[in-house]
Amino acid sequence: MSAKDRSKEGSMKAITANRLRDGDVVFLGEGGRWVESFAEAALFARSDADAVLAAAKEKAEREQFGVDIYAFEVTEENGVPVPATMRERIRTAGPTVRTDLGKQAA
Amino acid sequence: MNHIAPGARAGIYHYDEIDRRFVAERVEQFRKQVDRRLSGELTEEEFKPIRLMNGLYLQLHAYMLRIAVPYGVMSATQLRKLSEIGRVYDKGYGHFTTRQNLQYNWIKLEDTPAILNALAEVDMHALQTSGNCVRNVTTDPFVGAAKDEVVDGRVYAEILRQWTTMHPEFTYLPRKFKIAISGAASDRAAVRIHDVGLLARRNDQGEAGFSFYVGGGLGRSPFVGKLVRDWVAEEDFLAYLEAILRVYNQYGRRDNIYKARIKILVHELGLETFTAEVEEEFARLRGPKYRLDKGIVEGIRHHFAPPPFEELPDHSEALERAKASDPAFANWLAVNVAEHKAPGYAIATISLKPAGGIPGDATCDQMDLVADLAERYSFGELRVTHVQNLVLAHVKKDELYDLWKQLDAAELGSANAGLIGDIIACPGLDYCALANARSIPLAQAISARFADPVRQRTIGELGIKISGCINACGHHHVGAIGILGVDKKGTEYYQITVGGDATLTTAIGDILGPSVTETEAVDAIEAIVDVYLANRSDEGERFVDTLRRVGHAPFKERIYAAD
Amino acid sequence: MPLIENGRIGEDAWSFVPDGEPVPNDRPVIISFERWQAERDRFDGRNAKLGVRLKGGTLAGAIAADLDRFALVAVEFPKFRDGRGFSTARELRERYGYTGEIRAVGHVIPDQYLFLVRTGFTSVEAPEGTNPESWANALTEITVAFQPSLDDTAPLSLLRRKLGVG
Repeated sequence: MSAKDRSKEGSMKAITANRLRDGDVVFLGEGGRWVESFAEAALFARSDADAVLAAAKEKAEREQFGVDIYAFEVTEENGVPVPATMRERIRTAGPTVRTDLGKQAA
Repeated sequence: MNHIAPGARAGIYHYDEIDRRFVAERVEQFRKQVDRRLSGELTEEEFKPIRLMNGLYLQLHAYMLRIAVPYGVMSATQLRKLSEIGRVYDKGYGHFTTRQNLQYNWIKLEDTPAILNALAEVDMHALQTSGNCVRNVTTDPFVGAAKDEVVDGRVYAEILRQWTTMHPEFTYLPRKFKIAISGAASDRAAVRIHDVGLLARRNDQGEAGFSFYVGGGLGRSPFVGKLVRDWVAEEDFLAYLEAILRVYNQYGRRDNIYKARIKILVHELGLETFTAEVEEEFARLRGPKYRLDKGIVEGIRHHFAPPPFEELPDHSEALERAKASDPAFANWLAVNVAEHKAPGYAIATISLKPAGGIPGDATCDQMDLVADLAERYSFGELRVTHVQNLVLAHVKKDELYDLWKQLDAAELGSANAGLIGDIIACPGLDYCALANARSIPLAQAISARFADPVRQRTIGELGIKISGCINACGHHHVGAIGILGVDKKGTEYYQITVGGDATLTTAIGDILGPSVTETEAVDAIEAIVDVYLANRSDEGERFVDTLRRVGHAPFKERIYAAD
Repeated sequence: MPLIENGRIGEDAWSFVPDGEPVPNDRPVIISFERWQAERDRFDGRNAKLGVRLKGGTLAGAIAADLDRFALVAVEFPKFRDGRGFSTARELRERYGYTGEIRAVGHVIPDQYLFLVRTGFTSVEAPEGTNPESWANALTEITVAFQPSLDDTAPLSLLRRKLGVG
C-alpha cells in the first residue's frame, strides 16, 4: 500500500474489535451486528464513523462483548474494499508468514 | 489436578506440595477473575493488568499466552505438555522468545484457566510473564554445563522467581522489570541490557557474591547497565534487590510510559544519587528479616544437583569417525556444539532457524521430538536460549552424531548457532499489536539468502537482530547488524544499525543511514557482508572487530552509493 | 463509601474534611497533607483523633516527622496501577515505626487487597456498589507467600510462608 493510495479522497471506514471471550477479530456489520469476516463489514463515510464508533463502543463494552474497539481506513483496490494499512490487512486476513492460519485459511 | 512428575534427573526445580497448592490457588484465582471480567464486575482497564500478570496479552488475531520457562530450563515432560497444549488449545505450534519463554498465538480467554491448569500439572505457570512486575528471571542457557561456569545461576534465579512471585510491594511497578544472571566468564545472558543484571562471582574464600548492574535496557532509549555495586554478598542478595526495587517503585516515572523504566530513573537521577538512595535503603534492610539464609540457598541448590554423569574419556572415537565421514555433521559440530565441564560430554544447540523459516517457531511435532531426544540424550532436560534456540546441555560426545541425524531429519539440524542465519526476530506486525512493520518475512529472506552453511561459516560470528518496532523485543540495538522496522505512511521500511554487542562488552549499534525497503534491506545486508569480507584482516577477525577498525564509511558507501 | 476491614465491610468512624471546610473538634477527621502543612498550628491541643491523607506522589518521608500526631494515615492510589502506595505503607511501618491505622483510598481493586494487607494497610475505602465477596475472597484464596512482609506469616520451608496466620 503506497502513501498515495492511502490518502485517496473519499475513503471509507470500518469498525473493528477483538471479541472479549476468545479475542477473535470482529467487524461491525449491517444493523449493528458484529461479523467475523471483513467482507461482511459495514463501511461508513468518514463523517459518520465517529458517531457510529462511539455508539458501538458503548454497547460492546456494556455487554462485555468486545475490547479494543476502533475505526480504520478502507480504500478500494480493483473495485473491492480493502483495509488501507498493512496492519489492518493482516488483522483481516491472518499472518502473512502463515497463510494457512487465521481468517485467510477459512 | 493430576500431577505428573517432571523427570527425576532433570536439573529443574521440582514443586513440592506447597508450590503445587500455590499454583493451583493462583489458577483458581484467575478463573474467578475471568468470570468477574465476563460478568462485567471488572472493567477491561482493571482486568488488563490482571490478565497480563497471568501472561495473557491481546494481540492482532487473538489472545497470546506467554508461558514462563523459569530461567529457560525445563524437562522433557514439561515440553511434551507444552506441545499438548499447542495441539489442543492453539494451532499446533509455539514460539520461543528472547525471554526464554514460549508463546501461543491463538488463545481464547475462556480457555485460559484450563490451560493454566494443564501447565500446573507439570509444575509450570504463566505468572508474571507480562505486566509491570518482576518478569521471568533469565540466565545462561549453558548453566550447570559450561566449562567456564563459576556460580550456578539457576539457584539464584529460582530464589528470585519465588521471592518476586506475588510480591506485595512490587507487583504494580512503574513498568516491567527484567533481571538476568550470569555466573560464567563469558556472558551468555546479556546481563547489561537488563533492568538489573547480575554477574555472579566468587571471592578468595570461594563464597558467591554479585555485581549489580542497573538500568540497562533497549527500547526507545537504549542504555547499557551501570555498575551500582561491585560486590553484594549472597546473604544480602535479596535485601539489595529489595532496596533497588523500593527506590524504583517510589521514584520511577509514572507520567510517561516511555520514561518509566528504571534506566530512565538511573539516567535522570545520575548514577551517584541513585546509588546513594539504594545504599540508604539497603543499610536499613540489612537485618535478619531480609537476610538470605544459607540453608535456603542450599535447599534450593539441592534441586539442581548435577545429573549422574558417566565417567568417560574426553576423547570420543565414535565422534571422530562421524566427523570424518559426514561433512554436514562436522560443520554442525563445529558451529553448534560447545564444551562441557564433564569429560566426554558436550553442549548441543538445536537451531530453531532453518533457512527461510520463522525464527523461534517450533511445531508440536518438533517439540515432541526434542522432548524424546532430551530424554534419550540429555537426562530429560533442555533449555531455551535468548537467541530463540533450544539446547541439550549434557550430551555424550559418543551420541552427538545420532542426535544430529534425528534433528536434521526434522529440520532442526541447521548448523548456524551464532552465525548470520541465527537471526533473532520479534513476531512483528504478523502477530503483534504494537508492531509497526513485519520482522519475520525479512528474517526469512535473509536466512534464505545466506542458506549455504559453508558460506555462513566463512562469514563467521555475525548476529542479526530484527525488531518490528522501537520496543526492541528483537534486541536490534545489540545486534552486530540490527534492523528496526518502521512505518512510513503505511509502508514498511527498515533501519539498519551496526556494531551492537550483547556480551560483556555491551554496545548499542549505530544507525548506518536512511531506512530502506524490505528488498533493499536484504541486499544491504549482503553488501555489508561483502564489505566485511573484503576488509577483514584475516579469517579470524570478526565482523564487529573489522567494523571497529575500518569504521562505517566503507559500508555506507556501498549501500548508499546509488543514492 | 464502604469501608473494608479484616475482609468485611465495617463501620467508618472517620470522615474526610475537604480543604477550606471547617474541621469539627469532636470526632475523628481526616485532613489533607497540604492542609496539615499550611495550618498545622491550628491543630495544637486537639483532643479528637486526627488523620492525614497523602496524595499518590507524597511519599512516607514527607510525613515521617509528624506521625505521632496522626491516628490514621490515608494513602491515595490515583489509579490502581500506580503502586507507590504499597511502598509508602511499608515505609511508614518498617522505616518510621508507625502503628496507627493506614487506609487505602482512591482507586484500588479487590485483587490488590492481599498486597495492601501485606504491606501494612489496615483498611480500604472501596467504591460504592463493590462486591463484598470479592474482598473477602481476596484474603483467603491464596495461602502461600514467598517473601516476608508486614503481615503475620509463619515460615513453611525455604522461602515459602503460610499466609493468613494472624
